[in-house]
Amino acid sequence: MRGRLSPFNVVSLTLGFAFLYIPILILILYSFNASRLVSVWGGFSTQWYFALLENEPLLDAAWVTVRVAFVTAILATVLGTMAAISLTRYGRFRGRALFTGMVYAPMVMPEVITGLSLLLLFVSIDLDRGFWTVTLAHVTFTMCFVTVVVQARLVAFDRSLEEAAMDLGATPWRTFVSVTLPVIAPAVLAGFLLAFTLSLDDLVIASFASGPGATTLPMRIYSSVRLGVTPEINAASTILILLVTTGVIVAALVTKRSVMMRQAG
Amino acid sequence: MARHTLRRDEPRRRGLGRKLVIGAPYLWLGAFFALPVLIVLKIALSYPELAQPPYGPTLDLAGGWAGFVAFLGELSFDNFAFIASDDLYVAALGSSLRIAASSTLMLLLVGYPIAYAMAKAPDGLRGILVAAVILPFWTSFLIRVYAWIGILRPEGLLNGFLVSIGVIDAPLTILNTEIAVHIGIVYTYLPFMVLPLYATLERMDDTLIEAAQDLGSTPLKAFWTITVPLSWPGIVAGSLLCFIPAVGEFVIPDLLGGSDTLMIGRILWSEFFSNRDWPLASAVAIVMLVVLVVPIVLFREAEARRMEESR
Repeated sequence: MRGRLSPFNVVSLTLGFAFLYIPILILILYSFNASRLVSVWGGFSTQWYFALLENEPLLDAAWVTVRVAFVTAILATVLGTMAAISLTRYGRFRGRALFTGMVYAPMVMPEVITGLSLLLLFVSIDLDRGFWTVTLAHVTFTMCFVTVVVQARLVAFDRSLEEAAMDLGATPWRTFVSVTLPVIAPAVLAGFLLAFTLSLDDLVIASFASGPGATTLPMRIYSSVRLGVTPEINAASTILILLVTTGVIVAALVTKRSVMMRQAG
Repeated sequence: MARHTLRRDEPRRRGLGRKLVIGAPYLWLGAFFALPVLIVLKIALSYPELAQPPYGPTLDLAGGWAGFVAFLGELSFDNFAFIASDDLYVAALGSSLRIAASSTLMLLLVGYPIAYAMAKAPDGLRGILVAAVILPFWTSFLIRVYAWIGILRPEGLLNGFLVSIGVIDAPLTILNTEIAVHIGIVYTYLPFMVLPLYATLERMDDTLIEAAQDLGSTPLKAFWTITVPLSWPGIVAGSLLCFIPAVGEFVIPDLLGGSDTLMIGRILWSEFFSNRDWPLASAVAIVMLVVLVVPIVLFREAEARRMEESR
């Protein structure tokens, strides 16, 4: 049965992927439109990409976003991996039910609630809003995604290797670094990328948690989208899409290579 | 000898590491997830004030126990009474639940055939298909919603296409309607539906279907009596993963739904940013949370069970 696609399966896949990709391709195509009218094709042009280079507010926002995403991804990866280890290796500890609840709830929690609640926390403790509050907010919701990704890998992992290392006298830290970490590394890297992208992408939570001087790229794009569709936004989007796509493909190749080398060696 | 001392040290050292590994993420989530939700509850019970922060009463810890009691006395349920009595909020909550439910159903109808075909694909192709489903998810959510504005506008590409092939004479109004909101939700949430479905369908034992067909069952009957029940965990996980965030969705109704589409996430946003009524925005958040608590708990259980099963 497996390996044979019926005509119905082929049609489902074709329509499904056409639906997923055509809007993005149209968006990219129209970023090269010479006409300012987005729905009329006025010939090929790269003028909108040059216009971007002179758009200072947009460039500032992009720089803030990348810094937030980078710090977020590092913190979220560390905390998320710790949470994954707690959930898979430490059995039943006190407060475990609450802990699993706090790990799974932020993933589905409507963003407006997460954003509002964090903002009210920052106001209650009199924390000035800016770069660090956005980062704190992003770490909180992205670490849960890291946890789930790493947890899936830890669950599938043969524990006898860790036990053997411990029996041979390795400390838990040493065991983690030389046995566990190499095996879960692809998942940790995937978690890092996921946290980075989610942070890069977030509009709602950043809008609540941000303050003066820390406007992120999605916030900037959102305010110009509200004013109308322009080829300049298409150009900015295309750059973002290309960056993320290249990043994901490179990461996939790197992990595939390291897995293959491990299997070969 | 060295080894002996090391062994004796181990439980203590292990205890410390363990405390740190559990403690750090636990405290983080407690401080930045659980505590903020409690603060929202507290502020939902306050009243708006022209002050900084723009609500009262404020809890003065210097007042001690008596101050705390006085603070409790000042809290009120006025915001909740207001929400319950005002048609706008009730209608917005109702239409959010309705739109989220119908979008989730559409996602299931669109996502199931895709996931099913992916699970049946040959080994080499399957990895590529999974990557191809995930890739759009890595592309900015905001950009993917924005892409649809250009397609759905009256002078947009879809209308231009339909008019040119003669299906319609005049452009249809799709943008700024609930139809556009449904399209936006189905489009952006599709990977969240397809991936859990694929995960359960991929693990399914094909011999069961073959056995049913050998015993004279039609393919359709075999699908309904075997495939669907066995993929139930994927259906539950995918549906909850889409339904819960869709109820509170802000960006999609705001950009595609126009001013007539009432959704609770948008109401919360405008109470907060436009009307600056923080207590009322908090009360809206609490109402949304109460409505979503059951699906959220179900989601947690479904995910925990999935983790146990893959062990």
